[in-house]
Amino acid sequence: MATARPIRDPRSRIEPWQDPEAAPFVRIQGVTKTFGDLYAVDNVSLDIFKGEFFALLGPSGCGKSTLLRMLAGFEKPTAGRILIDGVDMTDFPPWRRPVNMMFQSYALFPHLTVRRNIAFGLEQERLPRAEIAERVAEVVRLVRLEGLEDRKPEQLSGGQKQRVALARALVKRPKVLLLDEPLGALDKKLRDQTQLELVNIQDRLGLTFVIVTHDQEEAMTVGSRMAIMREGQIAQIGTPSEIYEYPASRFVAEFVGEVNLIEARLLRVEGTFMHLRAPALGCAIVTDRPVPALPGEPLWVAVRPEKMTIAKAPPRETGHNCVEGEVFDIEYLGDVSVYHVRLESGAMLRATEANRLRLIERPITWEDRVWLSWGPDASVVLKS
Amino acid sequence: MRRGPGPFDLAALTLGFAFLYLPIVILVVFSFNASKLVTVWGGFSLRWYEAVLSNQQLLDSAWVSVRIAFVTATTALVLGTMAGLVLVRIQRFPGKALFTGMVFAPLVMPEVVTGLSLLLLFVSLDVPRGFWTVAIAHTTFATCYVAVVVQARLLTFDRSLEEAAMDLGAPPVRTFFLVTLPLIAPSLAGGWLLAFALSLDDLVIASFTTGPGATTLPMRIYSQARLGVTPEINAVCTILVALVTIVVLVISIVQKRRLVRERARPAR
Repeated sequence: MATARPIRDPRSRIEPWQDPEAAPFVRIQGVTKTFGDLYAVDNVSLDIFKGEFFALLGPSGCGKSTLLRMLAGFEKPTAGRILIDGVDMTDFPPWRRPVNMMFQSYALFPHLTVRRNIAFGLEQERLPRAEIAERVAEVVRLVRLEGLEDRKPEQLSGGQKQRVALARALVKRPKVLLLDEPLGALDKKLRDQTQLELVNIQDRLGLTFVIVTHDQEEAMTVGSRMAIMREGQIAQIGTPSEIYEYPASRFVAEFVGEVNLIEARLLRVEGTFMHLRAPALGCAIVTDRPVPALPGEPLWVAVRPEKMTIAKAPPRETGHNCVEGEVFDIEYLGDVSVYHVRLESGAMLRATEANRLRLIERPITWEDRVWLSWGPDASVVLKS
Repeated sequence: MRRGPGPFDLAALTLGFAFLYLPIVILVVFSFNASKLVTVWGGFSLRWYEAVLSNQQLLDSAWVSVRIAFVTATTALVLGTMAGLVLVRIQRFPGKALFTGMVFAPLVMPEVVTGLSLLLLFVSLDVPRGFWTVAIAHTTFATCYVAVVVQARLLTFDRSLEEAAMDLGAPPVRTFFLVTLPLIAPSLAGGWLLAFALSLDDLVIASFTTGPGATTLPMRIYSQARLGVTPEINAVCTILVALVTIVVLVISIVQKRRLVRERARPAR
């Protein structure tokens, strides 16, 4: 999958979650939120470090927005505590929390100008007028809104509104900035551009951002780490590459990116290699990431489509990690093509190839006999 | 296929409007009648308007009516807004169905029942009847109209605006005055005008609850008409029609100008 990660200065790259000494900046401890019988958030514990761009990712209804709203103070946890910078914020109302939120709908005040919208939060702090003007001007420059200060929200484009919403939250210099699906209303091109801008601003100001999104590419692009949520619980926490390369469950593997999931049984373990039998493939699978398992226990092998090699000739070694099939369908996506290959057992596998050659010279086409193969390091074994 | 209106359409339209407006047109025309007889045209004259302006009783009643309407509209605005807020904003509370029913009951309650019950209440409490009892009575039924208007506006109100204000550091009360109130103000103005008009217009409830020295304009007109319709009453009614028309025109012109101004500003 093609995700453009912004290039960060390696010197400023921080991975505090690797450091056992580092103290978490935001601590979510055993937080549960119920609405009637529904567990929107179910006993979630999560540590976020200072300067992180943390992404909460999940399908709609997984509880990620409720968790964010509890950080902002709009919802009170049914159980559990929320600490920010060492202070227990669980019982603090939104107007007394050192966090600010950028809303999905932007929630700009329609009766106020851009300038007054941005100044609103500072006016609540009763700061001197000169200081307010100075800080507003500063943040207006930061998000490049110069010249639009006297417009009303209705006179702005979607991208401009989004920048006002960001400026309004940033100007308060919050300890944590919360972003609720902030780019959902923008078109693809503008969204990609804005994602990089957000990361740049976050990097430059050294703030802690928590973003909620259902768009996995967005989470991977902006996130230093991400938490995948499902049915109110956290399915996995990790950096984007950890989650993509080593998903902890079938749900995570399928939710983040594309994946071939193959049902398999354990044959034997040889040193650091694990041999499995996959009835649907008619061949053995060898992987270099063994998991503790009993013979006969149902397991799943996950292989990303881009890690499969597709060829019209059989590879040198055909004993394992190699199947023969027929090209059933080709999805042409411009930069890559996805080949859907049907095996003799009827199972379908997907393989992605970069289109280095022009379409007209495509070597593999519909109904060709092809071989799919992959290395022992391309697969992950999943137990759930 | 579209074609122009046929003869039947035109006839239906004419008859419909005639049914609605002919009585008012006749009233306006005869208010300029020089003759003392209501039904016979005796030439153009403004004498009945002079008579109205020198009729102290009539002017006093008009002043009473305006004051009552003002008190009613203002009190009903405050109470109705609070009722509307409770109805929309508080998801569940014991007795919400009952409360909702009681807020909206005056909409369908026969005026005679409202008037009579209030009269009985005032009598049993031994409250001297007059200006304030009429104002209280009018407030009881005008409040529910304001509540309806405010409720309708609040249902479409984007709650995230209030959340944003609180998130930026404004406690709930300040949020209400800085964000909610300015945004629902046009509806509040509409509710106030509606309550004002309803109070100004009411005859039945006022008749039940009034006392000496507090005769409203509709009551005065009605009692004079019972003694025989004089062109003077036509003149009063024409003035009322003119006032209402002017207010409606001013409101619609102001709103239209605002719309035009908003469209004129380019939204990039």
